[in-house]
Amino acid sequence: MTIERADIEKLAELARIRITEENIAATTRSLGNVLQLVDQLQAADTTGIAPMAHPLDAVQRLRPDVVSESDQREAFQAIAPATENGLYLVPKVIE
Amino acid sequence: MSWETVIGLEVHVQLATKTKIFSGSSTAFGAAPNTQASAVDLAMPGTLPVANEQAFRYAIMFGLAIDAEIGKTSVFERKNYFYPDLPKGYQTTQLAKPIVGPGHVDIQLKDGSHKRVRIHHAHLEEDAGKSLHEDFHGMSGIDLNRAGTPLIEIVSEPDMRNAEEAVAFAKKLHSIVTSLGICDGNMSQGSMRFDVNISVRKKGDEKLGTRTETKNLNSFKFMEEAIALEVERQIDVIEDGGKILQETRLYNADTKTARSMRSKEEANDYRYFPCPDLLPVVIDDATIEQLRSTLPELPDARHKRFVEQYGLSDYDAGVLGDDATMAHYFEAATKVCGDAKLAANWIMGELSARLNGEDKTIGDSPVSAVQLGQMILRIKDNTISNKMAKEVLQGVWTGEGDPDTVIEKRGLKQVSDSGAIEALVADVLAANSAQVDNYRSADDSKRPKMIGFFVGQIMKASKGQANPQQVNEILLKKLNELI
Amino acid sequence: MHDKTLAQLSAGLASGEYSSVELTRHFLDRIQRLDPVYNSFITVMADQALASAASADQQRASGKGVHPLCGVPIAHKDIFCTEGVRTSCASKMLDNFIPPYNATVVDNFLAAGAVVLGKTNMDEFAMGSSNETSWYGPVKNPWDINTVPGGSSGGSAAAIAARLTPASTATDTGGSIRQPAALCGISGLKPTYGRVSRWGMIAFASSLDQGGPLARTAEDLALMMNVMASYDPRDSTCLDLEVPDYTAGLTNSIAGLKIGVPKEYFDEGLNPATAKVVQDALRQLEQLGATLHDISLPHSSLSVPAYYVIAPAEASANLSRFDGVRYGYRCEEPQDLRDLYMRTRAEGFGDEVKRRILVGAYCLSAGYYDAYYNKAQQVRRLIKQDFVSAFEQVDMILGPTCPNPAFEFGSKGDNPVAMYLEDIYTISTNLAGLPGMSIPCGLVDNKPVGLQIIGNYFSEAHMLNVAHQYQMATDWHTRQPADIG
Repeated sequence: MTIERADIEKLAELARIRITEENIAATTRSLGNVLQLVDQLQAADTTGIAPMAHPLDAVQRLRPDVVSESDQREAFQAIAPATENGLYLVPKVIE
Repeated sequence: MSWETVIGLEVHVQLATKTKIFSGSSTAFGAAPNTQASAVDLAMPGTLPVANEQAFRYAIMFGLAIDAEIGKTSVFERKNYFYPDLPKGYQTTQLAKPIVGPGHVDIQLKDGSHKRVRIHHAHLEEDAGKSLHEDFHGMSGIDLNRAGTPLIEIVSEPDMRNAEEAVAFAKKLHSIVTSLGICDGNMSQGSMRFDVNISVRKKGDEKLGTRTETKNLNSFKFMEEAIALEVERQIDVIEDGGKILQETRLYNADTKTARSMRSKEEANDYRYFPCPDLLPVVIDDATIEQLRSTLPELPDARHKRFVEQYGLSDYDAGVLGDDATMAHYFEAATKVCGDAKLAANWIMGELSARLNGEDKTIGDSPVSAVQLGQMILRIKDNTISNKMAKEVLQGVWTGEGDPDTVIEKRGLKQVSDSGAIEALVADVLAANSAQVDNYRSADDSKRPKMIGFFVGQIMKASKGQANPQQVNEILLKKLNELI
Repeated sequence: MHDKTLAQLSAGLASGEYSSVELTRHFLDRIQRLDPVYNSFITVMADQALASAASADQQRASGKGVHPLCGVPIAHKDIFCTEGVRTSCASKMLDNFIPPYNATVVDNFLAAGAVVLGKTNMDEFAMGSSNETSWYGPVKNPWDINTVPGGSSGGSAAAIAARLTPASTATDTGGSIRQPAALCGISGLKPTYGRVSRWGMIAFASSLDQGGPLARTAEDLALMMNVMASYDPRDSTCLDLEVPDYTAGLTNSIAGLKIGVPKEYFDEGLNPATAKVVQDALRQLEQLGATLHDISLPHSSLSVPAYYVIAPAEASANLSRFDGVRYGYRCEEPQDLRDLYMRTRAEGFGDEVKRRILVGAYCLSAGYYDAYYNKAQQVRRLIKQDFVSAFEQVDMILGPTCPNPAFEFGSKGDNPVAMYLEDIYTISTNLAGLPGMSIPCGLVDNKPVGLQIIGNYFSEAHMLNVAHQYQMATDWHTRQPADIG
């Protein structure tokens, strides 16, 4: 499948990564290279093969419903870019 | 032109687990911001989720309650989108393999008819945090205490045709989850939130109209209002030749208006895929059967039992039996006083009126079920009259103590000593000889009406404490003697 | 002292030949003198290292239940979270990130009393095969500083090759332990998926990532594995299996060992000189009593394409948390929320990381999921089935670790795929979750060549035994670069 400028713009939006005008051509080209590689998959016959999301056939272990965490807000917020009154600050959220 | 409304609901139910779905943080409501947000909840680098067993048990209980197939193998997926209240940049949820498959909920409508609403599925997922929009120098504040709280999202089929059905369905779900004890049902704290999908079509049309989704309604009343508003808007748009846009809408309960929240132009592409940090959850038959055998009584069964066991009317059984807290209250009060009818009357009458007046639910009642039962006992043993009971209730409500304490303090004991009452009757008759003469000369048919006067005088003389039944009896006897 | 193996250093400490403080000072001194050339460390933890060395010496003096690695210096790849010490993942995004918690692997070494010299350089977020994507600059291969050390654990491997640390932790998502081990002439083991806890190990692709050790010898890898492998209830994908003593079976004979040699690993993509060195190693193992069997792993050629769907897809979600809100880099003066995200991520991530995030988003997006993500996961099963069938016939699968010895910086050009193909022999074991190893087996133009050993699930002890027997019979693992002071 070929990838075009419009695809890159959509992906940049989905992934929230700004791509500047001067980089868009190079990004389109290198993503095209990668997609050319992965397109080799299309040749594989996978009829009736179940997709495999995990390497081992293990099942989820469940955790007992017991509180094991204590308040570490001070330590966690010491490394935060912006906080006030215990809240993380971000540019205004408009719904 | 005649229009038909089509409604489907997506209901988020916060599960009453002690900890979050993927971390050991407490889920208690009302803690200071971010004090219940662990490294996992904050999506710190390298942290990993481990699923909470109790969340699964609760979800399965719900599935069993709606007669649904339980997903023996359920899979968590990542739903990718950026939002500051979503620390990982994806929500861990279920899509292709949810824990609860198709089921159904039966609702009863005001005209007494019944309707079945199909459930498409219910899945487990994590709640998001909260964005606080007070002004922090033009910024928003993010509190992640709620992030990771376990939810089941219940998705109905578009089986409802008006607001009444939608509200009845919502109330029934509330009743089911609170009866199961898997949710505290506290709507004002957001424990249950409703997204309503609404579309309209011409009567008789097969094809569904374009739907809108009104999000995050957290009261039955708002739901009813929001549906009415949206149905009217859609019909107006179409009748004016316009088209309905598929969009998310936000209802403002203060202004009674709604607005479009996000245009679907920037169509979301959530890029779901199985979460590689979590393995498939396999539920064995033994677990399902163990949960089935210990399932608490469900609203429908309780409704039926209330009619049979307590002789309640269908209506009363509905009012008292549909809500789990209400049902427990009723049964606890009945147990104390041994009189279901009186308990029912007091709960549905005086107590409900007081609760409604202060916008409280039965769960917040200042008068406990035991106290109400004790009060009813005092009516039954003639210690107090019905009228006095209202005063007693008032005293208990305002915290003066148990019914007996209030009776004592307020001196509300009823006089049932027949000698004392005879003396009172004699005094009143003596003091009102003119009225006695009138009574004597009156027609038989007029006499019963005249008795009220004497009763009033006697009760007044007793400062309201004479047993009214005894007063009546003795008064009649005396008057008859005089004829 | 720096010429000694982990096992020898452990013995030296036990006999009192030198103290941990002396040892630690020696390595810190070498790092200070030599690492400006190699750039193998991002953070050197001199003060903490000396403090833990002193306490290790006390512990050894008290003589009570001392762990073999007590007082022995090691390094951690800068992908493992270390409480109070910057953990950058070689990204500008985490240049200021000081975790308030330890990775389980880090805790395990702490409990053993090992001394941590510092945090090693790597490809940014472990995405790369040359260590050229680090925000802290490339690592130089001590065998030839014009060539790459491999990646993504290039800092760990180069530091060991230059004798700046006797061993290091590392991670392997598509070959990130084995390929740098091969290119730097050392030994490395990627354990079975689920053997080593991933808690606190910054995720690249969660279903492929696995922590493991790098060291000079198989025996040292065994000592490291005894610490690294553990059951961790905080990692859902970590298996609750007993951890064996990985050193216990090292001296067993390998007579009768059935070695499978996959024809797909000796195809036209393999450098002929490398092929010859690997063939020699196989013959050496034959002399030790093993038998060689031709096998086929028919879907091998699809492993790189499948990997470059699955790994970017998982990465695209795993790296969404880096948004400038709770920790890490945040762009200056964000205009609004969208700007905060778009610029923080554009400025905080390097080109290769951004490329993989975009590729991942593409493969998962509406209309492409079935053709890419789902298809890749189906192919993944086919690749696993190839191995399952092969292990019905043979005990172990051997071949080259990489198609070429270390290449020069910038030599892969603009097309990222040229670099991706360097991992062609290592990637399939990650897709299948199998353990894989690389040990030195020769030189081509004075550049090391790695022999890859792929074992069945949880057969690490046996693999280490095979590697150890090979190393008892050969001396490739003792070779070291010239000019390393």
